[in-house]
Amino acid sequence: MSRTESSVFVALQANADTRELVEAILADNPHAVLHEDPAMVRISAVGSLSVHAESVSERIGRDYDLQEMHINLISLSGHVDETDETFTLSWAN
Amino acid sequence: MDLQVAKKKLGLKERYALMTRGLGWETTYQKMDDVFPMDTFEGIKIHDWEAWEDPFRLTMDSYWKYQAEKERKLYAIVDAFAQNNGHLTVSDARYINTVKLFINALAPLEYQSHRGFAHIGRQFRGVGPRVACLMQSLDELRHAQTQVHAISNYNRYYNGMAEFRHHFDYMPYLQVPRSFFEDATAAGPFEFITAIGFSFEYVLTNLVFVPFISGAAYNGDMGAMTFGFSAQSDEARHMTLGLEVIKFMLEQDPGNVPIVQKWLNKWTWRGVRVLTLVAMMQDYMLPKRVMSWAEAWEIYFEENCGALFRDLERYGITMPPCVEQVRKERDHLSHMAWSQFYQGRGTNDFHTWLPSAEEMDWLSAKYPETFDQYYRPRFEYWAKLEAEGKPFESAGMPMQCQLCQIPMFFTEPGEPLVLAQRHRHHDGEQYHFCSEYCAEIFDDEPEKYIQAKIPVHQIYQGKQFPEGTDPTAEGFDPAAAVGAFLRLDPASTGNFVGSQDEANFNMWRGLTRSND
Repeated sequence: MSRTESSVFVALQANADTRELVEAILADNPHAVLHEDPAMVRISAVGSLSVHAESVSERIGRDYDLQEMHINLISLSGHVDETDETFTLSWAN
Repeated sequence: MDLQVAKKKLGLKERYALMTRGLGWETTYQKMDDVFPMDTFEGIKIHDWEAWEDPFRLTMDSYWKYQAEKERKLYAIVDAFAQNNGHLTVSDARYINTVKLFINALAPLEYQSHRGFAHIGRQFRGVGPRVACLMQSLDELRHAQTQVHAISNYNRYYNGMAEFRHHFDYMPYLQVPRSFFEDATAAGPFEFITAIGFSFEYVLTNLVFVPFISGAAYNGDMGAMTFGFSAQSDEARHMTLGLEVIKFMLEQDPGNVPIVQKWLNKWTWRGVRVLTLVAMMQDYMLPKRVMSWAEAWEIYFEENCGALFRDLERYGITMPPCVEQVRKERDHLSHMAWSQFYQGRGTNDFHTWLPSAEEMDWLSAKYPETFDQYYRPRFEYWAKLEAEGKPFESAGMPMQCQLCQIPMFFTEPGEPLVLAQRHRHHDGEQYHFCSEYCAEIFDDEPEKYIQAKIPVHQIYQGKQFPEGTDPTAEGFDPAAAVGAFLRLDPASTGNFVGSQDEANFNMWRGLTRSND
């Protein structure tokens, strides 16, 4: 059973606030897969997934606080590790 | 949103430590055990509360800032929805019955959760989990309020929602979610947070608020979409808290492992039984379908819970044994549930209907192993009876499982034509169960579950008649008396086709498209 590779995911509302955020996540995580559903997107990735504040800031033209993500976050899976610079989801196996 | 981000002098971790851990202290003139009397009796041993790692490092000041922003967004949309007669933009009026289920079955659970977390937020002696529980308690109150507020825009026009508080307390089918939550709140703080953080948040809300709310958006319901996603933005934090508590218990003492395993087994099963309602919403009640229950199950249970249990293997935790049966029931669940609600449609506070030919083809495609073989013939037979003017409706009341309180309509796993029944004896009384797993949960704590108020028993014992009723009076009509006690408006029950809701919706929608 532990042979199966676990995926983490983050689901976000699909709106004007998240457009650049989604772009940044996909650019920084080449192994991630985008699933588009009505009103939302889900980004899944085998192993781990990271969101970098700097990468979002570059796209929106201002400083980005990673905790702003809470406003448009729908769901996630995996253990969370959060610092000022990076938000990472991963499983420990 | 365009928030200006102020440069902070301290890093997130230091800031968080000061704003949470820094708020606690070791008591001196009272013993810690006397101040926190409830976090030991369940047998969970915690040696070092300081080892607690907070998943989200959200401090109170950030919490207020972001929650306020969520509320502003939500109310802007709720107001726009009301101002633009948003209820007339939904796919068709059958959809509104999912909103009724939401207000009657799910919104009251948010309030129960608020109370539960307010309680355990006082009971943990570790400061980190206490602060997280406090925030969760506030979130849950917010969810209850925003759901009631958003759905009030439907209540102005449609039947079946006005008595949601009374219905949640007494309506037979609503005792399924209610008893689930009361089982959790009647447990100790560690079991409560395992039950709610894992079973309710990680398993259940992911399936309710993600695919179902996406489905609500697809059906044109801006109101449900906004409260659903706004609530779920908090749930991401909640489920992470729940998983962190599980991990923390497992890391603190090897003796905690069997206790946590027992709770995971129990609450996986309890959560899946409550999900029966959601399975039916997903497959039968959304006129425009996004994904089937089985597909949502694959993503949010098989993938997501699979990953979690593989992660917990390193502590010696294994996948709960009930999952095998759950997999066998996956392709039957929504069909069995909708059949049950259709047959008992005179006693619900929402409408049911038979799936159209096109909808049945969709169900055949999504459930190739089960739908045509076991369920299509039933729906076609009932449609034939309706066409002949003699629709079938069950006259009696169903036997309910003593544990999950669902009517005992489930079939044996792998034998879809054999009704499943289990029985136990305790203290000279016989108790009935829908499954081996419900019976096993009973076996572990019979003194708890013999106290369950089973709605059908309450009715037969004459406890659900309006005050002052004389059942010995001539011409006494027990069904009418129970209906009066339940405050069941006949306009909210029965078949959708021919209902007042259907007629009104069609008339009002017609008015939006003509100048008459």
